[in-house]
Amino acid sequence: MDVRAQLSMSFSLDKCIGCHTCSVSCKNVWTTRQGAEYMWWNNVETKPGCGYPLAWEDQDRYKGGWELTSSGSLRLKLLKGPGKLRTLANIFFQPNLPTIDDYYEPFTFDYDNLFNAPAGDDQPTARPKSLLTGEFMDKIVLGPNWDDDFGGSPLYATNDPNLKGLSDSQKLCLTQFHKLFYFYFPRICNHCGNPGCVASCPSGAIYKRGEDGIVLIDQDTCRAWRFCVSACPYKKPYFNWNNGKSEKCIFCYPRLETGQANACAHACTGRIRYVGVILYDADRIEETAKQPDDRLVEAMRDLILDPNDPAVIAGARANGLEDNWILAAQESPQYNLFKKWRIALPHHPEFRTVPMNYYIPPLSPILHQAKGDQGGTYDPENMEFFTDVELMRIPTKFLANILSAGNESVVIEALKKQMAVRMYIRQQRVGDLGDAKVQSALREVGLSEQDAVDINRLLALATFNERFVIPETHRESKTTVDPRTMYEKRGSVGFGVKKKEFLGRSW
Amino acid sequence: MNWDYMLFGIVPYIFVAIAVVGTIWRYTTNRYTWSSLSSEFLENKVLFFGSFPWHFGIILILIAHIIILFIPSALLAWNAVPARLYILEVAGLILGFLALVGLILFIYRRLTDSRVRAQTSSWDVLVLIVLLIQVVTGLANAIMYKWGSNWMAGSASPWFLSLWTLDPQVDYIANLPLVTKIHIFNAFVFILLIPFTRFVHFLAFWNPLTYMTRPYQIQRHYDRNAKTENIRQYK
Ligand code: SF4
Ligand code: SF4
Repeated sequence: MDVRAQLSMSFSLDKCIGCHTCSVSCKNVWTTRQGAEYMWWNNVETKPGCGYPLAWEDQDRYKGGWELTSSGSLRLKLLKGPGKLRTLANIFFQPNLPTIDDYYEPFTFDYDNLFNAPAGDDQPTARPKSLLTGEFMDKIVLGPNWDDDFGGSPLYATNDPNLKGLSDSQKLCLTQFHKLFYFYFPRICNHCGNPGCVASCPSGAIYKRGEDGIVLIDQDTCRAWRFCVSACPYKKPYFNWNNGKSEKCIFCYPRLETGQANACAHACTGRIRYVGVILYDADRIEETAKQPDDRLVEAMRDLILDPNDPAVIAGARANGLEDNWILAAQESPQYNLFKKWRIALPHHPEFRTVPMNYYIPPLSPILHQAKGDQGGTYDPENMEFFTDVELMRIPTKFLANILSAGNESVVIEALKKQMAVRMYIRQQRVGDLGDAKVQSALREVGLSEQDAVDINRLLALATFNERFVIPETHRESKTTVDPRTMYEKRGSVGFGVKKKEFLGRSW
Repeated sequence: MNWDYMLFGIVPYIFVAIAVVGTIWRYTTNRYTWSSLSSEFLENKVLFFGSFPWHFGIILILIAHIIILFIPSALLAWNAVPARLYILEVAGLILGFLALVGLILFIYRRLTDSRVRAQTSSWDVLVLIVLLIQVVTGLANAIMYKWGSNWMAGSASPWFLSLWTLDPQVDYIANLPLVTKIHIFNAFVFILLIPFTRFVHFLAFWNPLTYMTRPYQIQRHYDRNAKTENIRQYK
């Protein structure tokens, strides 16, 4: 057993209102530089939809993530066939690299014209201007949230790769306005346990931090080979076209090291995000990533260790984890959501990067169709509202394709638990369901009354300090920076630093 | 002191010295800017037809040059049989033209694609000019003065080896045609530019080579004594 700590985030999809506050705070803090305009380390997608970059989940096209070879070993999809030799062959031109057109051409508007246009008969306009070339653009054809709220569009929603395996009547719901469903899906880098980005980098520039599991790109070592962009199935490393370096979500490590929440999580209007420490067994990552599809979620839960187990605590201490980290792991919302209550699920576990952020699947209206006799499943005359989650408007198969490699049972478990908690709370507040029914609902999903109270507390009411349990890092004892200069170096971690003018250009 | 001695006996040392010092300076003071500055992300259609022929053509040619310069005797032994000499010359010519095609596409792309053009610095223009001179003069040599691999082993090689003994024998190349001299001199200009341009990217050529043997996953720990540690190679 090799106990390591991981900072991890959960998202309660039920509560995301798609306001993009998270994306904007992230952008304002980290990516308002030339070459980084198109980077959205945090972005929010509408599901069903094509996402950002366009159709990123389609790995037949992008070749991200891992696959199991016929001999049962793990290989990057990118390196199909000869394995790493393929890196040598493709070093001068990478066939699987998305181009800026798969994201969008970054643009601004010609605001100047609004103020300085000469007097005339027409209102002045602000035409879009490309940030790549500085030229005016005829029209804007794509953007980071291009299909925002287009949940029913025949162009975007129906091309969502997660619709595979849905019945025709379920697919039909996508394009019929009164049956439509959609929800929002915020994404950041998953800081994976078996990251494809790290494994693909010829320079060895990307690494997972030993102390907290954050995956970073060493900006001094990156040489612009761009393999990380292709190998990450979530398309979360972005290539800075201006200075020739790849960049990615840094889990706001300068904030977390001082115990503050990530910019996205801190700003989240819906208060849907939870951040905490989980302990995992690094010896079992490879084994976990090799599990068959239907076992993946369970295997990822097995990977997480019980922070109250004395053997785990001893292992954590032996690996140099401080007491405040072990304490944080014991109070972690992440451990409860993912492992104890089992209501959170990993994002696309079938990519086999062992993602370390989790999602609580959203409940949705039961009504498939208002009337049973139209082939729908819900009859308001004779059926109760609190009924089977299988009848919900969002097909569980669709959620399972996103969150559990197609394994519907774990999704249904997470939904039923949330439903049982609602029934319990309703019985407490309104008292119209009857104790017997509520108790049997709780029993069916294996939750105690205390669990129901705790889940409700965390999902609905939790304060800042309950949602974010972030231990400070003991930088003073763990730094490559001379502690005497830390005050001056403060704030200089990051990007685009150290540019000097010499011989007519910045180096 | 004549021009030949200036250009082929003294300037090479100066240029190489600047290149070495410049490389060390840039690597130690500003590694952040060390990048191939790939523009595939902005334009990948023409690049595909440019990059493959260019890189594979020029790398093989470069390796051949290095072998001839350092071990001319091996080359003369190979060329002793005329058939082998023909094969070598024809292969060299084909690779040279491959590189030229790639390079012309690079230049075409820089000029015509507005996104790539916006990202082009004057250093990039210099790089392309130097490379174009090098490839064109190289091909001109091969076509106008046949069996270059043979006479090169008897002229440029001994001069080149004498550079290493700090006793440059420029007489060996004094009588070479002008095109050849431009080719040789331009090679040193190219070396001079390495640390100051995107050429730095081939000083990272061992990156993909070390990748072949390194484990997939990397962890780094921020102890006061920084250490990088690999977690096991996947089977
Ligand atoms: S989500 Fe992508 S970038 Fe982030 S750690 Fe995983 S593979 Fe790397
Ligand atoms: S800020 Fe929160 S609620 Fe708003 S889109 Fe982001 S994750 Fe959703």
